[in-house]
Amino acid sequence: MIKERKSLGKIFLNGVITENPTFRLVLGACPTLAVTTSAVNGIGMGAAATFVLVGSNVVVSMLRKFIPDNVRIPAFIVIICTFVTMVQLFMQAYLPSLYESLGIFIPLIVVNCIILARAEAFASKNPVLASAVDGLGMGVGFTLALTLIGMIRELIGSGTLFGLNVMGAGYEPMLLFVLASGGFLTFGILLGVINAITAYFQRDKHSEGGRA
Amino acid sequence: MSIRLSSAPHIRTGASTQSLMLNVVIALMPCVAAGVYLFEMNALAVLCMSTGTAVLMEYLWQKLMKIPVRVGDCSALVTGIILGLTLPPTLPWWATMVASAFAIIIVKQLFGGIGDNFLNPALTARAVLLASWPAHMTTFVDISREHVADAVSMATPLSGENAVEYTWMQLFQGAIPGSIGETCKAAILVGLAYLLITKTISWRIPVITMLSAFVSAFILGMDPVESVLTGGILFGAVFMATDYTTSPMNASAQYAYSVGIGFLTMLIRRFGAYPEGVTYAILLMNILTPLLDKYLPNKIYGHGKKKEANQA
Repeated sequence: MIKERKSLGKIFLNGVITENPTFRLVLGACPTLAVTTSAVNGIGMGAAATFVLVGSNVVVSMLRKFIPDNVRIPAFIVIICTFVTMVQLFMQAYLPSLYESLGIFIPLIVVNCIILARAEAFASKNPVLASAVDGLGMGVGFTLALTLIGMIRELIGSGTLFGLNVMGAGYEPMLLFVLASGGFLTFGILLGVINAITAYFQRDKHSEGGRA
Repeated sequence: MSIRLSSAPHIRTGASTQSLMLNVVIALMPCVAAGVYLFEMNALAVLCMSTGTAVLMEYLWQKLMKIPVRVGDCSALVTGIILGLTLPPTLPWWATMVASAFAIIIVKQLFGGIGDNFLNPALTARAVLLASWPAHMTTFVDISREHVADAVSMATPLSGENAVEYTWMQLFQGAIPGSIGETCKAAILVGLAYLLITKTISWRIPVITMLSAFVSAFILGMDPVESVLTGGILFGAVFMATDYTTSPMNASAQYAYSVGIGFLTMLIRRFGAYPEGVTYAILLMNILTPLLDKYLPNKIYGHGKKKEANQA
């Protein structure tokens, strides 16, 4: 088996940009749509998922030679559950208001497909340090995406940004954007915009390659 | 003598998207006139804002996306006028503008422009407004006062308890609180007659929808005559359910579609949280349109009934 050695920086950027879990892989769409009614919720959800991603990636990578192939999925889930329980208890104790607003979506991080996908596709095949960086990169990419969606929805749907009123007193918020349909709209339009930007840069790269 | 070869169809009527859309615009004029007469300058302002924004957005989008500018086909004009007619006359200008831009850019152009949108743009924009600014969308003026400007906001005849009782004649003439184009039933019927005479639409969808609404209201224990004379069911049946893109093509599918709209409207009015259900009924049936067309196909000439063929 030929292994391509990637630099840690490249692995990190892969999660943030090239294979951004939300906008490029379209994984974890359920929490993406459900909790992003405000920017703070987006950051909270992203941070919780990042912690679980890094933790589970490290442990899965350490145990990758001990876990039999046939039972790897239950093993991954048990590891992920451990970290989710830690996050849940921590939030309940120190961030009760965030815990309230994220609600059922904290325990549901267990079945967040980004985390299982990284355990399966990356951590179970790569060394510990690379897996930790991959988890961090994916987590940061997820957090940035959720925060962006949350900011847009909060700005239009509530007229605030991170809880601060920025649209002035005369602004009447467009409630649609804090409803589920607004989440789908924001997500879909952002996906389209990001695809358009990517296509634009790839076309540039392509034409440069052609000239050379 | 020159021989010209071309592919079918060989006989053309000369009808174009533009001429059909202009027919709809002409058919909408009685409603526009009635709306402006009943609700005065407020209605005119809402209509100008929605129509102007729709046409401008269509032009700007096509220009910016570098696709052929086809704003001349008048479909954006129709969307703008229809949207304006479904709004309450007191709606703030910015809400009208947002809705109109939403209808053209998100509902129509993002799905591929004219002929490719799966939802009626004007209706979707109306649903967006209802979800976004419910207070503005459910405030109607009592125009029995001398001037609309002094009028207080009040419920539509549909909201039940506090509503004033109106006679059937009042409901037909349209001197009742409501959206700009939906109150005057007489004007809508004039528009329907024009659409039928010019063969812009077939009788099936509007007539079956109204019949279904009438029967459904009776079954659900409401006054059937009052039910079809209140709210936007007639306007919806004539101008919105008949949108070419979002209604079925096959006759049998059109029957199912129309029966569905009438029934769902009355079901929402009777049991739903909103007083009026036409918007959601038509949007739901819009979504079912491809399915209806697929499973209720037209009978193809020469197909089916094999036994008779054998006998011959």
